[in-house]
Amino acid sequence: MTTLEIPHDLVGRGNREGAAMFRNWFAELDNTAKVGGQSAYVFVMGSINEILKTFDLPVVFPEINSLQTAVRHVAHEYLDEAENYGYSPDICGYVKADVGTQLRGGEHPMGQIPKPSLTVLTNACNTYIKWAEIWERMYGTPVFTIDIPGTRQAGGQTWRGDRDFEADRKYVETQLRELITVCEEVTGKKFDIDKFREVLTHANTMSRSWKRILELNNAKPSLFSALTDGTIFLGVANGFRGTEAGARYFERVVEEMEYKAANGIGQTIDEKYRLLFVGVPCYPIFRRFNELFTDWGGTFVNSTYLWFASGGTNRGFEYDLADPIASLAEGVLISVRDAMDSMFHQNVALADMARDADIDGIIYHPIKSCRTVSTGLADGRKHMTEELGIPSLFIESDMMDRRVVSEAQMKNRIDAFFEGLETRRAHTNVDAQG
Amino acid sequence: MAYAAGVDVGSTQTKAVIVDEEGTIVGRSLIDTGANVIQAAEESFLTALREHGIDEEEVEYVVGTGYGRYRVTFGNTQVTEISCHGRGAVHLFPNTRTVVDMGGQDTKAISVSADGEIVDFCMNDKCAAGTGRFLGAAAAALDIPIDDLGPVSLRSTKPIKISTTCTVFAESEVLAWIGKGKKIEDILWGVHKSIASRSAGLMRRVGINDEITFTGGVSRNLGMVKALEDRIEKPLNISDDCHYMGALGAALFALDNVLSGRTPIHTTTGATT
Repeated sequence: MTTLEIPHDLVGRGNREGAAMFRNWFAELDNTAKVGGQSAYVFVMGSINEILKTFDLPVVFPEINSLQTAVRHVAHEYLDEAENYGYSPDICGYVKADVGTQLRGGEHPMGQIPKPSLTVLTNACNTYIKWAEIWERMYGTPVFTIDIPGTRQAGGQTWRGDRDFEADRKYVETQLRELITVCEEVTGKKFDIDKFREVLTHANTMSRSWKRILELNNAKPSLFSALTDGTIFLGVANGFRGTEAGARYFERVVEEMEYKAANGIGQTIDEKYRLLFVGVPCYPIFRRFNELFTDWGGTFVNSTYLWFASGGTNRGFEYDLADPIASLAEGVLISVRDAMDSMFHQNVALADMARDADIDGIIYHPIKSCRTVSTGLADGRKHMTEELGIPSLFIESDMMDRRVVSEAQMKNRIDAFFEGLETRRAHTNVDAQG
Repeated sequence: MAYAAGVDVGSTQTKAVIVDEEGTIVGRSLIDTGANVIQAAEESFLTALREHGIDEEEVEYVVGTGYGRYRVTFGNTQVTEISCHGRGAVHLFPNTRTVVDMGGQDTKAISVSADGEIVDFCMNDKCAAGTGRFLGAAAAALDIPIDDLGPVSLRSTKPIKISTTCTVFAESEVLAWIGKGKKIEDILWGVHKSIASRSAGLMRRVGINDEITFTGGVSRNLGMVKALEDRIEKPLNISDDCHYMGALGAALFALDNVLSGRTPIHTTTGATT
């Protein structure tokens, strides 16, 4: 018997290098804050990093800053700060942790966060709009809102060549051209179309690779945890979009995953149940939450979070460099509407995934803080379980607020879910034996 | 004769059930959980053994369940109370397809298949609204024993509408109605109806399919039985053993292991050290 020599430079590089890039990103933001440099505040669903990076604007993702406070177990300090100021306990935890950060002058566990010179957002989340208004009031920051007229999966989507689609694309393109003008005013720099093409080239590599990485995880055993490892990849996908470093990283992660797939190296030793995750992770107990499933041999093969929180770049849309601004408009239109579908109408994608990845169950995680991602989950669950017969579990907690995260109650539900899966599998095996 | 046991360590009470090889209950016990959970589990188990004069060595397998299931240190394995209530209910009432379990700190609605397999389940979220604890708060506010809650509520002629199911606010709401001169039985019936409404909501989420079995400590409260039956417009299966349903289900899972030949040794000796 021969033992596989695992090349450690290859296996585990996605997590290792991703974590290092993350630290470097925040170190650069810290430096920007200290020297009073410019930055753009953006969101994960439609960051328009492609334009901002062309202007060398460092990007700040307040959603990522906020979730980092939860992962580092200090979110309650920031939430308290915002609630003591007057924000209701019912308001989005991401917003409140950011307000706490701003009230502390940008003090954050990963370094100083610079103040915004510009805010760019889309209508993918209704809270984005009200959130940006807070910075507008605090700092007088210009806010640029891009209206994405998404045609939803449920209503029948339009595509390139359709009259409605072309009208929508032009509508988005007009807004992007306006954003370019605003960026020129804010930075004092002229828009460089060649540099823009370079950024788009890197973004194309990242989108193509991201799609490939997610497809590779359909392997048996699955290669990485969509919940924990996937969130690291997601951070790089957002923070480094359109950069050479980001493109190189994703190419290297593809190499890692192809190697793991070829050699049957899974995320756990004993994968018994392959799961899909729907919603936003439970960051206050991020690792522990995953363990509650892996303890039973349950692994997360994919997650809607990796779809919508990457702004729909999981689709792998690649820009046409011959007509870059129009193509960016098309990509933003398709990707952001896909991100929205991943929250509101994810049933088709989930059903496809359940079939392609041979899924045993779906975990729905509605959260107190976010109506946007949580509201439709009850309908989605009914459809997947009652219509398609896929076992599912509904566990409610929060992505930020540990006051509504009860691990004992969560474990009880998760254990019962797996007990059901085990019984079902035992019965199926008995039936198969005749 | 070989025996199997289930010990259900709940938030307020700990129950133990011993079954023989036929799955017949031969011993049961019920004690307050108190602060020492390990000791409560052990005492409950030993008390149930004494009821039928069974030696501890004759019990070949023990399953712990309930929130304190991992504190049943002499147990061989653990199963959640969700699976146990489903299993026990189908054992006691074979046509059961829906189980509603109302305990001290949570209420569960469970959909089960004919062989006791859990099809779906739903529980109250992270507060004690609509659970036995709410009834306890109302009893404390009215200064009447918990066992009298049901009979007194059934004397109601003009029920009032209780607007909260928040356990913390229950006392102030009840006292407010007393201040308005309302009768205790009318207030209590309102309390029962309020809980029934919330529980019925949980049941609808998993589907209310005949037959329905009511389990847990609150199933002994006839006022709650009537309020829930009125709300869902269907009869409920109840029995004296419904209070022990979690422990019974656990004992049946333990019996599966006995009958399949898996007989790990267990002992309570030194369990509390």
